[in-house]
Amino acid sequence: MQWETVIGLEVHTQLTTQSKIFSGASIAFGAAPNTQACQVDIALPGVLPVLNKGAVERAIRFGLAIGAKLNRTNVFARKNYFYPDLPKGYQISQYELPIVEGGHLSIQVGDAEKTIRITRAHLEEDAGKSLHEDFHGMTGIDLNRAGTPLLEIVSEPDMRSAKEAVAYARALHTLVTWIGICDGNMQEGSFRVDANVSVRPVGQKEFGTRREIKNLNSFRFLEQAIDYEVRWQIERIEDGHKIQQATVLFNPDTGETRAMRSKEDAHDYRYFPDPDLLPVKLDEAWIEQVKAGLPELPEQKQARYRERFGLSAYDAGTLTASRAMAEYFEAVLAALPARGENAKLAANWIMGDLSAALNKAELDIAANRIPAKQLAGLLARIQDGTLSGKLAKQVFEAMWNEGGEADAIIEAKGLKQVSDAGAIEPLIDEVLAANPKSVEEFRSGKEKAFNALVGQVMKASKGKANPAQVNELLRKKLG
Amino acid sequence: MSLSIDDVQRIAKLARIRVNEAEAAGYQTQLNGIFGLIEAMQAVDTTGVEPMSHAQDLSQRLRADAVTEPDRRQAFQAVAPQTEDGLYLVPKVIE
Repeated sequence: MQWETVIGLEVHTQLTTQSKIFSGASIAFGAAPNTQACQVDIALPGVLPVLNKGAVERAIRFGLAIGAKLNRTNVFARKNYFYPDLPKGYQISQYELPIVEGGHLSIQVGDAEKTIRITRAHLEEDAGKSLHEDFHGMTGIDLNRAGTPLLEIVSEPDMRSAKEAVAYARALHTLVTWIGICDGNMQEGSFRVDANVSVRPVGQKEFGTRREIKNLNSFRFLEQAIDYEVRWQIERIEDGHKIQQATVLFNPDTGETRAMRSKEDAHDYRYFPDPDLLPVKLDEAWIEQVKAGLPELPEQKQARYRERFGLSAYDAGTLTASRAMAEYFEAVLAALPARGENAKLAANWIMGDLSAALNKAELDIAANRIPAKQLAGLLARIQDGTLSGKLAKQVFEAMWNEGGEADAIIEAKGLKQVSDAGAIEPLIDEVLAANPKSVEEFRSGKEKAFNALVGQVMKASKGKANPAQVNELLRKKLG
Repeated sequence: MSLSIDDVQRIAKLARIRVNEAEAAGYQTQLNGIFGLIEAMQAVDTTGVEPMSHAQDLSQRLRADAVTEPDRRQAFQAVAPQTEDGLYLVPKVIE
């Protein structure tokens, strides 16, 4: 039987505010336990939550960026469950009226483009952390993380493979960091992915029973976990079993998913509107103001790069993989004359030699060693004929390893391309004199012989002669 | 709608409240009384009335995003039953 995979993702993004969503405690990462947990976060009796404007503003920014509906009135609700790292006994979240509803995100898998619909995004508070190791049979609780603002972004079950799920997660990661609402740090838990996975026979309309893989904190684990889970579900069904709805964890060491022991009442959250918080109203002026502050978005940039610069969808996608990458590309272009024509050259160098060097050094584009102006200086010397492609690579290498401006490197290493007819002509004369046979062959119509002569001249110039000029002068002499 | 004794025990368990049999019977009567009230209210025609999420017709005031709370761990932990290395200690929760 042919099976189809159905995947929907729920992503918890930690927002880039200074303070918590309902209190004035700091959310800075890495503080000593419970030093950033105030009376609201530890739920002392009588305290009241006060909503952080910065968190609401970031949710609006996200809603605008995905073309969603912003609920002008949205409501906080209590999600009730018992766990010691949730000292109130409930998490403040949004249920019936989330701040963001609808919207979509485009992804690219191979050559295919696809639109993934987003169901909703709601604001909520994070819980604290439980440390189960070695406290004489007790559990240690750190409430620094309690009350950290999260935007939970829920997609429709629109993805049909692990690859599509990863493409969507990456596109979402790019977007939330691009618009500055999340730092995207997956090791620190700022971007956590839950994947709802089910399978069904190809052609069947109804969805299969889904299992939810919790807390995936890397794109690689996301792909591995889904691939494993899909194989597992298909095997179970083919062996005659039924899939039970369950929450599972992925173990990166074994590459397997495993069901968490489920408590019978685990999913009875008894949501109700939080009486401590009034409905949140978004006024039009505020929304307009947030909209005006949005940068050009990845999808808009891609369209512009394709239309205005004639770049391929692949190139445009790669150059907008992060805001730092796109800004670097644009800074290089800005430093070159006649920008439109240079786009392909700049794109090739950034995606080629520069990316290769960054990968090798395991650096992000943000930690790039070559300032945009310097790369532009190198490209300008390719364009004006000072450097051949081969010489340019040598200059690039020196620039990467030792730093410095292209002109200084060319000067110091004597890498300048020779375009002076007075210097090239004597070389040509020498080569012609030494290769009478090739000259004879060319005159009798063999074009190959011409290339051999060009090669000889280039060799005589130690690779520095301008190939186009050698061609031209050689033809003149032979003609 | 009326609640059974099992419903009452389940709600109590979710809320982590210990309820003995006699108490459960009392709560059952009281809770069913509340459901009776709700049933009576449901007879009211609410066509065109927007659902209310808060008793006050006001909107939420927002706080500027700034860190205003100092570290008061020592004071808070002075009244906690058990702490260690800055952590609150609780009975083990993992099975």
